[in-house]
Amino acid sequence: MSDENKNEVLKGGEFLIKESDPQSVFTMDDLTEEQRMMADTAREFVEKEIIPNVDDIDKQKEGLTVSLLEKAGEIGLLGTFIPEEYGGLGENFDTNTILSMEMGNAHSFGVSFAAHTGIGTLPILYYGTEEQKQKYLPALASGEMKSAYCLTEPTSGSDALSAKTTAVLSEDGTHYILNGQKMWITNGGFADILITFAQVDGDKFTCFIIPTDSEGFTKGEEENKMGIKGSSTRALFLDNVKVPKENVLGEIGKGHYVAFNILNVGRFKLGAMVTGGAKKYISIAVQYANERKQFGKTIASFGAIKYKLAEMAVRVFVSEAAMLRTSGLINQMSEELMADGAQFSDSLIKSAEEYAIESSMMKVFGSEMLDYVADEVVQVHGGYGYSEEYPAARAYRDSRINRLFEGTNEINRLLVVDMLIKRSMKGRLDLLGPAMAIQKELLSIPEFGDEPEGLLAKEMKAVRNAKKAALMIAGSAVQKFMQKLAEEQEVIMNITDMLIEIFTSESAILRTLKYAAAKGDEAAEMYAKMTSVYVSDSLERINLYGKHAIAAFAEGDDMKLLLLGMKRFTKLDPVNTTKLRREVADKMIEENKYCF
Amino acid sequence: MKIAVCVSHVPDTATKVNIGPDGKTLDPNGVAFVLNPYDEYAIEEALKTKELLGESEVVVISLGPDVNKETIRKALAMGADGGVLLKDENYRDSYAVAKALAAEIETQGAQLVFFGKQSVDYDNGIVGQLTAEMLGFNCATVAVDFKLDGDKITVEREIEGGKEVVETSIPAVITAQKGLNEPRYASLKGIMAAKRKTIEEKEAAAAENYTEVLGMKKPPEKAAGKIVGEDASAVPELIRLLKEEAKVI
Repeated sequence: MSDENKNEVLKGGEFLIKESDPQSVFTMDDLTEEQRMMADTAREFVEKEIIPNVDDIDKQKEGLTVSLLEKAGEIGLLGTFIPEEYGGLGENFDTNTILSMEMGNAHSFGVSFAAHTGIGTLPILYYGTEEQKQKYLPALASGEMKSAYCLTEPTSGSDALSAKTTAVLSEDGTHYILNGQKMWITNGGFADILITFAQVDGDKFTCFIIPTDSEGFTKGEEENKMGIKGSSTRALFLDNVKVPKENVLGEIGKGHYVAFNILNVGRFKLGAMVTGGAKKYISIAVQYANERKQFGKTIASFGAIKYKLAEMAVRVFVSEAAMLRTSGLINQMSEELMADGAQFSDSLIKSAEEYAIESSMMKVFGSEMLDYVADEVVQVHGGYGYSEEYPAARAYRDSRINRLFEGTNEINRLLVVDMLIKRSMKGRLDLLGPAMAIQKELLSIPEFGDEPEGLLAKEMKAVRNAKKAALMIAGSAVQKFMQKLAEEQEVIMNITDMLIEIFTSESAILRTLKYAAAKGDEAAEMYAKMTSVYVSDSLERINLYGKHAIAAFAEGDDMKLLLLGMKRFTKLDPVNTTKLRREVADKMIEENKYCF
Repeated sequence: MKIAVCVSHVPDTATKVNIGPDGKTLDPNGVAFVLNPYDEYAIEEALKTKELLGESEVVVISLGPDVNKETIRKALAMGADGGVLLKDENYRDSYAVAKALAAEIETQGAQLVFFGKQSVDYDNGIVGQLTAEMLGFNCATVAVDFKLDGDKITVEREIEGGKEVVETSIPAVITAQKGLNEPRYASLKGIMAAKRKTIEEKEAAAAENYTEVLGMKKPPEKAAGKIVGEDASAVPELIRLLKEEAKVI
């Protein structure tokens, strides 16, 4: 981990073995005026069109979501990823991230919106033929046509490639005949086209575009769901549906490329939406705490409530730092590829794949962060949080789905380690060298150098050491289990959780240092306080995850050595997080909103 | 025909404002500024009028420091054709603002001018009228409906307890009230197009202030409410307090 590598752009997964320059990370303070204006329009749209209608949307009032999608299309919100030549705006990845954040508090509508613009549109943008792009993209950008993505089936959820829907080429070779059932299809009630997966000749997993006016296509009833009640979710049935062979999307037998590459972006976008949503929910809690009086004081003046307000803010701040850092990396790579002559869509596929590890981590971290926030927003409201008269209840039940769709958090946690190991074996990522170096370091006498000075310098050192801890655990687990590591899911979860803590902690530090470099240490005071609280707690959690993993697979002297390593690599002087949290909460209480 | 819209850059009504150390000006630190909400109706009406007339142009004029360009750009994103920033860093009262705006409207040769009925920062609500007077234009204020037929203008105005319909003709200044129309969004395409539109920067015409701000004060903290009782037996006491203490009935 030498300083020479500081200014290089991080490759996917490299955060574990390299350091980053604070100037290299994308943050909220780097938005252009145009990006800010676009975010304003999206925010205004949600505030004016969605929030006043949430009850009607949740009751699935006839035609409401469809007309709101069309309105979003008129303003341009549906076509931000679609290039100008196909009727969109061709905005870069970062702008799309910022706009996704603004949809984060749109509740059920946000889900309909994301399904249409993401998994419903991107497959055609990525893999469509010129004819398919011409035919569908302008109508998807304007909202004239609505789309749904049909991967899941009754017996294939996380194991998506085992889909049973079949597609058989007709005798005259002009079309395919599809038979099967799809489950949990968002926008299933009103979509005009379905991006659908089926097995050609029994085992060639293939993607099709199916118009919903096809004969043999029928819809089930609306699912009665725990939350996001306003989003249309249905089972769909294909009974000898004839699909012209021009409607094959991508190549026969290459449907998994479509499915997985779409999910890379989808996971990242989910991370962006939940972060944006959580910021708004915290403001709701702060405003309530400032109004509600008990024992003659506002409840915001009580330490127990301040703790909640501050901890919510800390987690959102960190989520935003890590999520935007990831966005910036994807954006930068995509722009570099385009500068080298790549098509916009190809540049997106490649850059989203490069940072698939980070995107999965943002999906997991963001969705769990939002669940924490939504839960505490209810708690701050007390009994009123349980009443439908207040927004907290809806925030709570609508949050839960985020840990389930776009790959459950468990699947995503498994993927993080799986991708890291595969990249290491293919030589894309040199984890072996650094892992060996740490084993050597473990056997040497620790250095007792001076404690570093400067803003968050101790925290930075702690994160640097935590990377060693994670590499130590991951390296030992691979050595111990070899090819069978995949069967040790609990250990994999421990490793992923350590990696998430490291990536988020480092991102918060980088965000704060970048801000301090631009505006001065004093201006960055609150950022630094939140980062300090997070890193301090994070180190404790990393220590715990590491110990769980060690206990699961090591014995005797091995175990002793690894435990010693954990102790050495997760050391940080105690921080008065109570005082820091109070200060963070007081700032929000004064501003009457989430203000970071 | 050239249509002008005069817009101001004001603190967002949801933002918390603080008084600066001199006790006379707002402290802009940490304050989110937006396009004055009433001006959104003015812009929308100008754009609708342009769409109706065809051959015409909408120019947006704002007086103030460099940051006012953000507000002008929002109007351009909504669809205005061009913008003018009349640069002035110093405080101006309504008269001095109107003086500079009138000079620019004359230079532009605009025959129809829209204002918001007031700016939500200083709330004087007279810049439109003063400008009309200086230009010798007709003026209809607090418009909730606007119709143009040739040179003839019909305006429905909101007045206390009802509405008044007035007729006048071009050249005219109209000030917009909420309800005049539903302002359009600055669409994403509009935002991109706004980048290519020009904002002309000029020194604002000099003018003397006729008023001086002596000081600013925040409203007093709202006192805590009082619970008189829980059931019907408390009603007489409530009535007594409303009569004698609050003096509202």
